[in-house]
Amino acid sequence: MRDGNALAGPLSDLFLPDPTTAWRLCPGCGTDAALAALHVYDQGPAAVARCPRCSEIAFRVARHPGQLWFDFGGGGALRFPTT
Amino acid sequence: MSDWSRAELRARTPESATARTLHLTVDGWPGHLPGQHVDVRLTADDGYRAVRSYSLSAPADGDRIEISVQPAPHGEVSPYLAEDFPVGAGIEVKGPLGGWFVWKPGRPGPVLLVAGGSGIAPLAAMLRARLDLGDDGPPFHLAYSLRDPGQRWFGALLDGVAKAEDPAVTAACLYTRTAPPGHPRPVGRITAADLDLPGFAPADGALAFVCGPTAFVEKAAGLLVHLGHRPDRVRTERFG
Repeated sequence: MRDGNALAGPLSDLFLPDPTTAWRLCPGCGTDAALAALHVYDQGPAAVARCPRCSEIAFRVARHPGQLWFDFGGGGALRFPTT
Repeated sequence: MSDWSRAELRARTPESATARTLHLTVDGWPGHLPGQHVDVRLTADDGYRAVRSYSLSAPADGDRIEISVQPAPHGEVSPYLAEDFPVGAGIEVKGPLGGWFVWKPGRPGPVLLVAGGSGIAPLAAMLRARLDLGDDGPPFHLAYSLRDPGQRWFGALLDGVAKAEDPAVTAACLYTRTAPPGHPRPVGRITAADLDLPGFAPADGALAFVCGPTAFVEKAAGLLVHLGHRPDRVRTERFG
């Protein structure tokens, strides 16, 4: 198991601001955590990011030939700090 | 920055009997912050590709970067990088990556670095960047949990910190199995006493960086939160 820091590379193809500093309020348990603090399971075909407290799936990222999937599943939101 | 760049291996230096630091140059490297990492991509002759993340273990220095690699038993990438990847050969890197587990050298306030094993790598970059600031930098303390003296990475850096005897920059090795003769701390896993330090309390505005294997990170971050540190001021990076 790794954590959301490891997603900075894969997600840099999708986001201009670094997404690992974005925050996610878990709809399951209310934990507020930076994306970098999510638990990431990436031994399978997709990287699965989960809430560090209740393990609810935050999103999945999968790289297939010619396609990059970013699956929010049941929802949730990322909020990016702006200055 | 999301493009892959070619990195060339210039030298490989030992950190332990098996771990190696790889000194690489990357054309057009834009610089990085202490704590950031790179993704490394290897492509086999048959086109098979493997990507791994490695922390940058030294601060920015022109087009030169360093990563430090512990070869994993039966690993696909790390034994190759640590043992076989020839000097002068190229790999692909993407980075610098990550904006969360970073220390910005202009930031005031004390910094507590907590390393478990090879989790020392990104913290070594932070410690080196702090030393570069000289007398102008904030207080730093490194608590480095390791199995035995043979696993002590960045020995010259740590010896330099000890020799300088600067009260603003200190480091303690927390040996979990075997300590060198005369070591002041009893052998054992990290405890709250290793992290409950004057000048690095929550009231001092301390920022903590914890890096290591998952079980170590959970333990150390839990101890820090129990000591009163705000969870968002305990930044963690875990592997394995």
